[in-house]
Amino acid sequence: MSRLLEVNKLCASYGATQVLFDVNFSLEAGHITAILGANGAGKTTTLRALCQVVKTSGSVVLDGTQIVGKSTEAVVRMGVAHVPDGRGTFTGLSVEENLRLGAYVRGNRAEMEQDMERMFTRFPILKQRRHQQAGTLSGGEQQMLAISRALMLRPKLLLLDEPSFGLAPLIVAEIFRIMRTINEEDGVSMLLVEQNASLALDLADHAYLLETGRVALSGPSEDIKNDESVRRAYLGY
Amino acid sequence: MEALLFQIFSGLANGIIYGSVALALVMIYQATHHINFAQGEMATFSTFIAWWLIQNGWPYWGAFFFTIAVSFAGGLLVQRIILKPIEKAPVMTNVIVFIGLLLIFNAFSGWFFDHTIKSFDSPFPKDSALTTKYFSAHQIGSAGVLVVVLLALFAFFRFTPIGLAMRAAAQNPDSARLVGIRVSWMLGLGWGLAAAIGAIAGMMVAPIVFLDPNMMAGILLYGFAAALLGGIDNPVGAVIGGFIVGVLENLLGAYVIGTELKLTVALVLIVATLTLKPAGLFGKKVVVRV
Amino acid sequence: MSSSQVDRKWIWIGGIAVAIGLLILPFLFKNYRVFQFNLVLVYAVAILGLNILTGFNGQFSLGHGAFYAFGAYTAAILMSKYGVPYWATLPAAFVFCFAFGFLVGFPALRLAGHFLALATFALALAVPQLLKYKKIEGFTGGVQGIVLSKPEPPFSFSLFDQPLSPDRWLYFFTLFVSALMFLLAWNLLRGRVGRALVAIRDHPIAATAMGINLPVFKSLTFGTSAGFTGLAGALGAIVVAFVSPDSFTVQLSIFLLVGVVVGGLASIPGAIFGGIFIQYVPNIADSLSKSAPAAIYGVLLIALMYLLPSGVMGGLKQLWARARARSAG
Repeated sequence: MSRLLEVNKLCASYGATQVLFDVNFSLEAGHITAILGANGAGKTTTLRALCQVVKTSGSVVLDGTQIVGKSTEAVVRMGVAHVPDGRGTFTGLSVEENLRLGAYVRGNRAEMEQDMERMFTRFPILKQRRHQQAGTLSGGEQQMLAISRALMLRPKLLLLDEPSFGLAPLIVAEIFRIMRTINEEDGVSMLLVEQNASLALDLADHAYLLETGRVALSGPSEDIKNDESVRRAYLGY
Repeated sequence: MEALLFQIFSGLANGIIYGSVALALVMIYQATHHINFAQGEMATFSTFIAWWLIQNGWPYWGAFFFTIAVSFAGGLLVQRIILKPIEKAPVMTNVIVFIGLLLIFNAFSGWFFDHTIKSFDSPFPKDSALTTKYFSAHQIGSAGVLVVVLLALFAFFRFTPIGLAMRAAAQNPDSARLVGIRVSWMLGLGWGLAAAIGAIAGMMVAPIVFLDPNMMAGILLYGFAAALLGGIDNPVGAVIGGFIVGVLENLLGAYVIGTELKLTVALVLIVATLTLKPAGLFGKKVVVRV
Repeated sequence: MSSSQVDRKWIWIGGIAVAIGLLILPFLFKNYRVFQFNLVLVYAVAILGLNILTGFNGQFSLGHGAFYAFGAYTAAILMSKYGVPYWATLPAAFVFCFAFGFLVGFPALRLAGHFLALATFALALAVPQLLKYKKIEGFTGGVQGIVLSKPEPPFSFSLFDQPLSPDRWLYFFTLFVSALMFLLAWNLLRGRVGRALVAIRDHPIAATAMGINLPVFKSLTFGTSAGFTGLAGALGAIVVAFVSPDSFTVQLSIFLLVGVVVGGLASIPGAIFGGIFIQYVPNIADSLSKSAPAAIYGVLLIALMYLLPSGVMGGLKQLWARARARSAG
């Protein structure tokens, strides 16, 4: 199992305010890794830093190539798909157009059509609403659309920012189940940011805990789940 | 009855021009969500370039297409060089820069080509096979050109990946970046297209109103009215809006308030549309679930 | 003495020097120059009006030339047709333009950003044509406009061998009126009203939640802004002694906007710099070439947005802050 992503001494700032301080972590290919922490710990910023949407310094190496300093578009072309917090769907475009955009950087038309069919099989509701304006979809449906769009890239690495946010528990359970399936069947590596720690730990293989911009704790999710003192102190349950 | 028909048809013919200008405006709006106040002056400048080429011996259609290409490049460059640095600035800053561009292009037209009125020949001469009872050859020819442009644009936006990318970049630049779209270049492309369409509009107008640096000022206003009426994000709506504005202008001018207050008519149309039906007659109302 | 006391002393001395300078200024220059000073002041008030709306309240107007024109024509018609004394036309112009602006403010409520800019741009384009309309020619004088005569000074006076001419008398009149308007604006904007305006500009939803009645406030702001610029227009008509439709083209609206941007959005003193700019720069540029003023304005507008987005006043404030920091540190 090779290291898909190696992050060393990652610092990130919004303007003059520094938010991440020398963050180190890594991902194995084919694994699901979670980043946990309270509000404002820097979880979303970490994902944004990986996509070069914020000012960063340090080293982020994906599959042997340095990401820091590249444009967001270039990072996407390297195979990083980001499902941002708030879904980020193109609300004015149809469901199908959203999916097509997911595969924008890939050239192969036939493969894209194939992938779209697979998304529709996985999320039948999207097929139903294929020509509907994405803005009219419910929260859960938009989340499914956002994830599907990201998968249309056939990404090496899928970044998910708070997929459970604002969704009913039943829908969340469904989505997390599908993510487990995607990881197992297609081997898509995932980096998951979640406030809902128990949900994340059930899905992920490995987890990092961020506290005010620094890594406070890391380890296999089983260990973290089973360590009562850690759970109580950091995760609140 | 004859007179009424004449007014209507004449209005439709004018509407072709207004529709073309409106199309250019909608183009930029779709790509950048900005209204290009400099559109008229850029179109005038392009028309001067065409005029200059023809004066120097170029055949009409050669000059036509070359001007379109140059205008496209020019529009692209304007976006890349002047507008890119202020992409993230507030609306007011952008509008002020557009006004600045308006002034500069107007000045360039006067500077390079002086202020005397020039005549610009139509490629559809008066006695060609196209002339009919109610429409001159030029009017029919212009309509034909407009239709071709419209179809090309429609196909571009609906069926090509780049067209889709442009629409995405305009609506949601952040998400567009996350799917790998080079958003800045999409904006540049939008400006290039708009400049090209504006050039076409200018070249269709010039044979009618004669060419001078202030040719497009009033027409720009009608173009705005048409674009708003049709729905600022709908190219077909823009053209239909153009026809409506053209016909209304003529009918109101002939039968209601006289021809002197035409610009006021445009003003009233604009204000009425913006306040009563902001999405225009054919614009898409974007629904957002909170 | 402490440094702030020294500062105070210098500010007082400077202020008195400036005041004396302003009072003797017209007698140091020929009539034509004084006429130009008058226009600077007139434009400054017009720009101040626009700034209240666009700078402080964030409502974009590319059509303030229309209010200027209506104020000018109000004064001209009152003076030529009804024999109203020149100074009485000013409050009339203010009230009339305030009402007009207030009415315009209502549809403006529905518009924002470039759509409002567009609608006001349309207004600016339509005004000259409206003024030439044959049906109201009896009032407006049609294409020829209305010729007025400059008011005679009420007493004779001379300083440095220069008599108190109409232009010089108008200088003092204009100076007085401008000072009054600036004081009025300053008073209005520095208190709750000013804060409310800025709140509406920057956080409209929050402003509403805090109880500010947005529609009324925004319309009142439009009205006030129009009133100021309309009064300036009336003043301008008196100073120039002539109004015609072609004096009030869209170019005027654009120049007023340039004045706001040059002086600094949301800056009261900046209006003076704006006035100086739009009075003198076209003259200088005109001597270069017929097209030059437009091009120079265009380039300047763009350059300002890049380099000095908060105008001359903003630039000055930055310099002042830096000088302060250096002397303190």
